[in-house]
Amino acid sequence: MSEQGEKKAPAVRRIFPPAVNEETAKFWKAAEQGKLLYGHCLACNEPHYFPRSFCPFCFSERVEWREASGAAKVYAYSIMYRSPTGPYTIAYVELAEGPRVLTNLVDCDFRKIAIDAPAKLVWKPSEGGAPVRFFTLA
Amino acid sequence: MSIKGKAYVMGAFEHPTREAIGISTPQLHMQCARGALEDAGLTKDDIDGYFCAGDAPGFGAMSMADYLGLRKLRHMDSTETGGSSYILHVGHAAEAIAAGKCSVALVTLAGKPRTQQGGGGPRGGGFAAAPEAAFEMPYGGTTHNQYAMCATRHMHEYGTTSEQLAWIKVAASHHAQWNPHAFLNEVVTVEEVLASPMIATPLHRMDCCVVTDGGGALIVTSPEVARSLKRPKVKVIGAGEAPKGTYGGKVDLTFSGAAWSGPKAFAEAGVTPKDIKYASIYDSFTITVLMQIEDLGFCEKGKGGKFVADGNLISGVGKLPFNTDGGGLCNNHPTNRGGITKVIEAVRQLRGEAHPKVQVANCDLAIAHGTGGSLGTRHGAATLIMERE
Repeated sequence: MSEQGEKKAPAVRRIFPPAVNEETAKFWKAAEQGKLLYGHCLACNEPHYFPRSFCPFCFSERVEWREASGAAKVYAYSIMYRSPTGPYTIAYVELAEGPRVLTNLVDCDFRKIAIDAPAKLVWKPSEGGAPVRFFTLA
Repeated sequence: MSIKGKAYVMGAFEHPTREAIGISTPQLHMQCARGALEDAGLTKDDIDGYFCAGDAPGFGAMSMADYLGLRKLRHMDSTETGGSSYILHVGHAAEAIAAGKCSVALVTLAGKPRTQQGGGGPRGGGFAAAPEAAFEMPYGGTTHNQYAMCATRHMHEYGTTSEQLAWIKVAASHHAQWNPHAFLNEVVTVEEVLASPMIATPLHRMDCCVVTDGGGALIVTSPEVARSLKRPKVKVIGAGEAPKGTYGGKVDLTFSGAAWSGPKAFAEAGVTPKDIKYASIYDSFTITVLMQIEDLGFCEKGKGGKFVADGNLISGVGKLPFNTDGGGLCNNHPTNRGGITKVIEAVRQLRGEAHPKVQVANCDLAIAHGTGGSLGTRHGAATLIMERE
């Protein structure tokens, strides 16, 4: 605990490069152009996230990866205080296209975060890999 | 085929340590196994089935089985659903016994998250290669804040309050005061819970379980073996399990997998939530308890907050005595996995061997239910219903 010594400067939360595999390479290539992709099934018409080579609802492989608008609203959140890098907010936001995705609500006033608050997509660079998507209050 | 009446929990042991300095993790597994065998009145070479999960050091069940010197094994199962694994293992052991695959099954759990860095079992390797990893790991998800999101949503949907959640911790602390091994044994008030530091909104420090070293073990036997033993007979009469996930973005944080595992277990047992005299309910966090008791049918969905308030979970006071050992919130959460202690306290209650101050009168029917993994992403629910014979 912190009683022991001098106060350390708060470390910055690091964004590690996302692990890319054969199935997800296209997603991270699009991320480099600031495009957030989600899966859309041409067989059952259901959207899904994270995007896969198949539809997790009907198991069809007739799946197309579409670009999300970036508009979303907050479904659930928690402000995390037990953090060596300072408080941060974890959240699920519901994309305008339907899927609820795990994220952080960054660069915004924690006091303004509420369920159903509008949110929008932002990107942040990772350490040497593809950028990582976050959301902020719109 | 049903498992009803096909197997008995005849041995149960909770390691008394909460800070296992000078004892290795494999050694803790051994001490737990020995404790459960002695409790049952059996010996090592009676064991022909072995069950363990991700906390067991080594390669599935094989390293521990070899280390323990289990030479008569004819059945192994290392199904991993996090902290609920050991509740699920009892159901699996009953299935194996019913099918004639083994007759004396050992279940062990042990680890040292309190005194050893990384002593809480495996993290990293397998998780880093999970298909969801690249899409979730950047966001600093922890057990605390993922469960906390469920609480935020529950409060939004149903008007649940922090005061109501606090009552769950208060009830656990009332029980823990009688347990000399409990890591925390002071009775706390709702005000004290609310005044404890905020960890992940809306969960305070006292909404969170303890971090302890230790472990436990169970012996599950066939009816023939059970009849040959001198201990009170605790019969397995129903079991259910269900994974719940994020389902391609159709995330619903308002309920847990108990909504699926519970009805299966009750149907197999042929009993209803109203019949249950004692409930061991996984308490990684207060919100975990609240959602599970709703999903198991102890109260209407969304009314859990009202149900737990005013001491309704306190033995001798309320309608649903729960976690009379003090649970994970106060007593013990060995190696960050509280499933086995849930079964152990239910067995104590059914035998009439709980502490007299918390023993439920005529306790002939009990439930042990667990949520392993993360309530906010993917978890494994396991329900077990047991009866005193």
